[in-house]
Amino acid sequence: MATEILMPALSPTMEEGTLAKWLVKEGDTVSSGDILAEIETDKATMEFEAVDEGILGRILIPAGTEGVKVNTPIGLLLDDGEDVASATVESAQSQQPAPADKTLTSESAPAAARTHPEPDRSPDWPEGTETHQQTVREALRDAMAEEMRRDGDVFLMGEEVAEYQGAYKISQGLLDEFGSKRVIDTPITEHGFTGIAVGAAFGGLKPIVEYMTFNFAMQAMDQIVNSAAKTLYMSGGQMGAPMVFRGPNGAAARVGAQHSQDFAAWFSHIPGLKVAMPYSASDAKGLLKTAIRDPNPVIFLENEILYGRSFDVPKLDDFTVPFGKARIWREGTDVTIVSFGIGMTYALEAAEKLAEDGVSAEVIDLRTLRPLDTATVIASVQKTNRCVTVEEGFPKGAIGNHISAILMQEAFDWLDAPVINCTGKDVPMPYAANLEKHALVTTQEVMEAVRKVTYR
Amino acid sequence: MAARKSATKPNVSAEELTRYYRDMLLIRRFEEKAGQLYGMGLIGGFCHLYIGQEAVVVGLEAAAEDGDKRITSYRDHGHMLACGMDPNGVMAELTGREGGYSKGKGGSMHMFSKEKHFYGGHGIVGAQVPIGAGLAFADKYRDNGRVTFTYFGDGAANQGQVYETFNMAALWKLPVVFVIENNQYAMGTAQQRSTSTPDLHTRGEAFGIPGEVVDGMDVLAVKAAGETAVGHCRAGKGPYILEIKTYRYRGHSMSDPAKYRTREEVQKMREERDPIEHVRIMLLEGKHATEDDLKAIDKEIKAVVNASAEFAKDSPEPALEELWTDIYAEAD
Ligand SMILES: Cc1ncc(C[n+]2csc(CCOP(=O)(O)OP(=O)(O)O)c2C)c(N)n1
Ligand SMILES: [Mg+2]
Repeated sequence: MATEILMPALSPTMEEGTLAKWLVKEGDTVSSGDILAEIETDKATMEFEAVDEGILGRILIPAGTEGVKVNTPIGLLLDDGEDVASATVESAQSQQPAPADKTLTSESAPAAARTHPEPDRSPDWPEGTETHQQTVREALRDAMAEEMRRDGDVFLMGEEVAEYQGAYKISQGLLDEFGSKRVIDTPITEHGFTGIAVGAAFGGLKPIVEYMTFNFAMQAMDQIVNSAAKTLYMSGGQMGAPMVFRGPNGAAARVGAQHSQDFAAWFSHIPGLKVAMPYSASDAKGLLKTAIRDPNPVIFLENEILYGRSFDVPKLDDFTVPFGKARIWREGTDVTIVSFGIGMTYALEAAEKLAEDGVSAEVIDLRTLRPLDTATVIASVQKTNRCVTVEEGFPKGAIGNHISAILMQEAFDWLDAPVINCTGKDVPMPYAANLEKHALVTTQEVMEAVRKVTYR
Repeated sequence: MAARKSATKPNVSAEELTRYYRDMLLIRRFEEKAGQLYGMGLIGGFCHLYIGQEAVVVGLEAAAEDGDKRITSYRDHGHMLACGMDPNGVMAELTGREGGYSKGKGGSMHMFSKEKHFYGGHGIVGAQVPIGAGLAFADKYRDNGRVTFTYFGDGAANQGQVYETFNMAALWKLPVVFVIENNQYAMGTAQQRSTSTPDLHTRGEAFGIPGEVVDGMDVLAVKAAGETAVGHCRAGKGPYILEIKTYRYRGHSMSDPAKYRTREEVQKMREERDPIEHVRIMLLEGKHATEDDLKAIDKEIKAVVNASAEFAKDSPEPALEELWTDIYAEAD
């Protein structure tokens, strides 16, 4: 039986090409690996090798022909003893599958078809639970210690986390309790130790990676995004990276441009990652415990300025906060202020001051950015009809931009004013004290934005 | 350092030699078929063939034990076949079908098998190196005596994260064999144009990691070196580097016209150093097998490969719902 030789696809984008030259002639015996022809693709001139063996019975497309479509028969290969006239042809035609024609249920169905899910308004802890004051720092340490006691596969690695007790003293006491096998000082080598942690997670452990600050995680961005976030998908669900990347994020004070950046929007962009950014101590504790148990890679964004702040934390043996559930800090009727992380300090302060002027603001702490509790935000805007977002990050591609887009698509009819995004300024962080203050978002700006959207 | 070669009269059984012959031939025929399917438009994107390098993975798999792990780059088809993954599942992943190892969502460069301890398939040059050390970290944490084979290319050997990993692997005595598959080219860059010193096996010296150079066209030499390396790791002495000198016959990927080297250079390697031919001659000259025996193996392999191609064509494309699955794992 004769075999058709087909015009090959020789690059990812090639659809047709020029059959520049035949390097064999009719009657030649060819074996697998012999070069049959030279073909010009959209990128280069390629040599085309024989895959089967036989005798070249006939050339169907002469040398010099341009625009030969991929998969066009260009020659005929005969078995020994066969002649061209009598040969029956085994077509090697490509068998591209028919594209599946089902319509996709995409996440962005038209607004009209939307019903808004009810927000989850359950309290974070049962009424009557005893609480105590804790700093965010203590809450984070307790969360790690509790989870390390609970699960022997959880370990902490990072620069200065063990003997030094943490650059910001978050891991205080952990080395003493868990030993150097589970509390590991790394060299200053973010790209490398992040990759090692990802591998340990593939291997079934549950690493907590501490970055001295998230600015240094930029060195490890490839391992976080390309290795940790995407492997579950690329492996068809076979293996993923159950791990936490945590550390201080955003501006501290007077440390200049390279040490002051909020990466919330960057990480929130990536499918496969979860992103938590707590404000209070109870959320720091409850969300970190949830993050450590989560079977996915979680980015846990802390803030140096918040480490020393104290909040009520429930005295419960196992207190966790679910992802994707925002917290309403203050109920109000005139405007919804949406924030997260340290942005909450401006949001709450502004709401306090606005109340003195008779403006009633509802303040929502998103707590996690991926998943994002849009239900709570939408329900609130349906009540207040106005929204201001607050964050310290840069303005372009900010979390607030995303919230605005969601509100336009899903709550357009309820909006009485455009949403305003209060963000950090579009400049690298300056060092000078007065400039730094201006570069960040300010309470004043939040109040002005609220006045604008409430037309006061 | 002279490259490790196998002894002139190796002490190897007919059964063992035949197995290497069969395993290497499977890779070669599989890759030829993949090239053919690519030409037909059934495989898309980047597709990096392993033809010429077969003795590396087959030799090292012969030194591995059950439960040992392996991880490599995008040039991964050979590694998967050598560790016992199903040719049907690999080929169907190349064609992007439901029956592929990643349900068609990974492609040629991103395939995994938890069952066979194959951890990918990585498209970012060098990224698999710390991950491989991390797998070894997990094994050491569990104290289970397992070893991880971490494969990377001569080009990848210039990535910074490789040296970050060498440092920590040595510091923490991780049971990892770093396998540098030196096929002499990184895409179009010949090794001497990219590396300040040619000897990649000495790259661990600054970290106290022993290394040796191995003739990668000689499966028995690779196996012997693999046993030394694995023994070192299992004894708790930390990592070991094998620089395995090999050669890829085909272009870097399917769309590479390979103008940076002469046809004669490739032809010479094929004719004089082919790893499969090497074993074939040993089998025949040692009277371990007859021409007919080998023909029967060839036929058997051809059938396996053809079946994988049929499977990969017949397997349906993934359901559109698959677009939205496997992004997040559910807590159990
Ligand atoms: C970080 C990164 N840079 C560049 C590329 C593009 N690229 C893919 S393979 C390759 C050459 C790698 O050569 P080598 O490590 O010797 O492996 P081989 O292909 O020879 O197996 C390059 C530059 C990439 N995939 N990742
Ligand atoms: Mg190479």
